[in-house]
Amino acid sequence: MAHSADADFKTRLQAWIPKLVLSPSVAMMLVFVYGFILFSVYLSFTDSRLLPSYGWVGFENYSKLWRLSHWEISLKNMGIFAALYISICTAIGLGLAIFLDQKIRGEGLLRPIYLYPMALSFIVTGTAWKWFLDPGIGLENVMHTWGWESFRFNWIKDRDFAIYTVVIAAVWQTSGFVMAMFLAGLRGIDNEILKAAQMDGASNWNLYRRIIIPQLRPAFLSAFVILSHLAIKTFDLVIALTGGGPGRATELPATFMYSYTFSRNQMGIGAASATIMLMTIAAIMIPYLYSELREKR
Amino acid sequence: MSVASQDTAIRTGRVTRKLIYLVLVLFALFYMLPLYVMLVNSVKPLSEITGGGMMNLPQAFTLEPWAKAWSSAQIGVEPTGLAPYFWNSIKMVVPAVAVSTVLGALNGYVLTKWRFKYDTILFGLMLFACFIPFQIVLIPMARMLGLMGLAGTTWGLALVHVVYGIGFTTLYFRNYYAVFPTELIRAAQIDGAGFFQIFWRILLPSSGPIAVVSVIWQFTNIWNDFLFGASFAGADSQPMTVALNNLVQASHGVKEYNVHFAGAILAAMPTLLVYIVAGRYFVRGLMAGSVKG
Repeated sequence: MAHSADADFKTRLQAWIPKLVLSPSVAMMLVFVYGFILFSVYLSFTDSRLLPSYGWVGFENYSKLWRLSHWEISLKNMGIFAALYISICTAIGLGLAIFLDQKIRGEGLLRPIYLYPMALSFIVTGTAWKWFLDPGIGLENVMHTWGWESFRFNWIKDRDFAIYTVVIAAVWQTSGFVMAMFLAGLRGIDNEILKAAQMDGASNWNLYRRIIIPQLRPAFLSAFVILSHLAIKTFDLVIALTGGGPGRATELPATFMYSYTFSRNQMGIGAASATIMLMTIAAIMIPYLYSELREKR
Repeated sequence: MSVASQDTAIRTGRVTRKLIYLVLVLFALFYMLPLYVMLVNSVKPLSEITGGGMMNLPQAFTLEPWAKAWSSAQIGVEPTGLAPYFWNSIKMVVPAVAVSTVLGALNGYVLTKWRFKYDTILFGLMLFACFIPFQIVLIPMARMLGLMGLAGTTWGLALVHVVYGIGFTTLYFRNYYAVFPTELIRAAQIDGAGFFQIFWRILLPSSGPIAVVSVIWQFTNIWNDFLFGASFAGADSQPMTVALNNLVQASHGVKEYNVHFAGAILAAMPTLLVYIVAGRYFVRGLMAGSVKG
């Protein structure tokens, strides 16, 4: 009797072990991710300033937020940055992938060169580009000493153009990664269809336009999703490259949230801005992850 | 790199090919440019940079900027150089990478070989956690670290990185184990092998490649993190990225560009070395995080 009860306990334990093993991760996720999200969203409806405080103020932080010119600038910059960053990265990534796919000698050397920036910290990238684009010592100065006296390139110091320097540095960092995504897509395309179309006399241009690029749809989708979530999260690069300046010319929602929460002691407004960032990313990521996980079935 | 090696059937003419090579090489130069700028200017005296020679090779070669960046440059208020912060990063990265990879492997094993109701939803929740803007957790995390007595410590930072790294490590191992033959597991079960025995004897021996992917991904991400370091580190637990930023943004005194460049390379060195040695696995990790399956 005692023996079989023991064995019964063992099998039941075996059935529970997998869930026990998973539980620390699940617990951490529920507390540190979803619990914290709820807490932050809650704070965005309170009068928190330097420290969390629990006086309910309804949507006041949100209405304040939308009246702040600082937030408006951040959003406008985000629009410019995201649009250019996503489209330029996609264009460069697709172009390089198509070119690299032409049985290129030295592909094994070129590919890692295109991709190494992804291994660097945005702080390193920001530092390198900050001084290279600095008109005092960087490109502009170099051109002057090389004899092109009238050369001007001071975007990083110019309120109207500084945001484009963030685009340059960000494109430099991630376009190689987009190239790798498209290259993987290209390598998966069935050659038989291409050969058949070639037999019918289709030009290379038409092959790409009609057959190859339409087949890269999943790669386009992944690139778009990954790039847009990276764009919304862009923070370190701006801190290192321009510090949000000159003035507020390169402030983005992420830097806005950070400065309102930690240096301006407006935690309620900071939490409200973080909530808006989260909702934007969720609107992009959730449908994507949902479809990716469903396809697996 | 993990792209399949199937050549395209597209044929191109000689002139087109020359143009293609030209474009490819020009882009290679564009990607190398910042690294070149950092390298050559980190071994020059300051006067050569300010004199308009940023693109030139050094005339008077010196390693002094490196020595200064490493051991005597002013970081914040202390003239310590980046060395102590480099070790801070190591002390944060090693435990965080180890713990998150082990947890990811176990999670991946459970989620593929011991499936239960709603496991996909659970995994979906873990996966979404990888992509949230971390601004949404900064405030409660700061409170939580304070409550746990870990505020401003390296252990606290390591914990943060474990928590927000598990999603990716779980993703890697889950996708890897998903294609591992389940019949082998069932056979071992019939022979009386338990949960951990199966993991240890059957799955783990063949998990080498994905473990490398996971370790490299976590190492690179955690080493390069700035947001958590800037938000939660104390003066003596700041990681390398935060210290580098403090060095470069310092507003007092002469701007020593050569020291900044040397510091930037020092901060980039570990991840760059890993990339050079095991770039294949790094790219695999990147791709697995975007185009799953």
